[in-house]
Amino acid sequence: MNQQDIIWKQSIPGGCHWSGIMRRGTTLRLIDVQGGANAAMLFFNQEEKLERYNMADTLKSQHTFRLTQGHACHSDMGRIFCCITADTAGWNDTVCGLSDAKLIQQKYGIARYQEHRNQMFRSGLDGMLIELGKWGLGMRDIVSNINFFSKVTADADGELTFHAGNSKAGDHVDLSFEMDTLVILSAAPHPLDTKPAYQPGAVDLAAFVTPAAAISVCQQIAENVRGLHNTHQLYHPCGGAL
Amino acid sequence: MNTHSFAASKLNPDHAVIDEICAAGEPWVGVVKQGQTFRIVDLEGNQAVDTLFFNAGHALERYSATDTIRAQNKLYLTTGSKLCSNFGNTMLSIVADTCGRHDTLGGACAAESNTVRYALEKYPMHSCRDNFLHALAHEKACEQLGMSKRDIPSNINFFMNVPVTEEGNLEFVDGVSAPGKYVEMQAEMDVLVLISNCPQLNNPCNAYNPTPIRLLIWNPQ
Repeated sequence: MNQQDIIWKQSIPGGCHWSGIMRRGTTLRLIDVQGGANAAMLFFNQEEKLERYNMADTLKSQHTFRLTQGHACHSDMGRIFCCITADTAGWNDTVCGLSDAKLIQQKYGIARYQEHRNQMFRSGLDGMLIELGKWGLGMRDIVSNINFFSKVTADADGELTFHAGNSKAGDHVDLSFEMDTLVILSAAPHPLDTKPAYQPGAVDLAAFVTPAAAISVCQQIAENVRGLHNTHQLYHPCGGAL
Repeated sequence: MNTHSFAASKLNPDHAVIDEICAAGEPWVGVVKQGQTFRIVDLEGNQAVDTLFFNAGHALERYSATDTIRAQNKLYLTTGSKLCSNFGNTMLSIVADTCGRHDTLGGACAAESNTVRYALEKYPMHSCRDNFLHALAHEKACEQLGMSKRDIPSNINFFMNVPVTEEGNLEFVDGVSAPGKYVEMQAEMDVLVLISNCPQLNNPCNAYNPTPIRLLIWNPQ
């Protein structure tokens, strides 16, 4: 990506939230500014928001627990929102969900706007609900999300370990969209983050036109080829199906 | 080495207030009141039971796989697991389990995901999401709560085995269950239960042969 190719940029301070539309054929780059950021995200079909990111379909279609370059983010309708076309951190979690207000208070205490202004403590769930509300969506639309930059492993008994330091300053993830997608993002701490203090990392966003053949990295998996087939059928100029 | 925890129940099926059979590949809806105990029996073994729970008075509150996993810091469900809602409340607690491990990552099969996972021509095959939507369209309890596809999140797959490795691989493997194995849970609030007795024929989650299940409810002892 060259600087002149960037369509727009946006900085999301740690703990803050954002939503917007990504058009198919464009790539959203998430950049972990200081290291240790968490970008909790959900995806919805911009035309029919009942179609949404599906954690289970994403994992079982690709026989994976971790998401990284070469994987795709699947909808519940057999389509692919976006392909992960680059990932310098190497592991993104999609099973641990969001921090909520109660968790934030238990772990970090209270920091209200009145005393702390925009340094106040925000939760992942509340950030998502605010952004969803802008599009007529809400609690019913919160499903298992992706936590980009965050690594959580499971041992043989399923016991979870959060890996601090998975993502370093400057690490980035590229999401190359194949559907017109409503993107919801919260940069609040991962719910299993081990840092004792509330220090969510900032996330920079940059959008650019997807380079030709970039998504071929995700077509090594037969299930993704079929998901992309279903996706491209929806946008066929003569009308969609499925 | 995987450790599975087994715990048997002392409840007598003769004393159950509900004792029903759900045929292979069909949905089932029921209400479990706070304090009641709910048991699902895998009658013939290796049968995945796709299950969701809703607050019986307010379907906005529903089972949350992520809240449940986060609260117990563990992927698999067994005796002692608390099934949490998206509001952070415990809906039910697993109090007995002769299977030892249940999945909450694998979700439900659907016509559309079958085209992705197996082959484009698998679209017409019966699926768990068809069962869920059939139940939402026909069950008064679901209609009264105003439920729709929007209210279907990630579910539990009782008796299903989806091991995850430290390296981050995930597979559907043959069940850890066997004929007569059961899981039992006590309701901590009034819950609506929505089940699809999984009709999937394309992977080993039902040993390629979906079979009936038995559902029992006991009043507080």
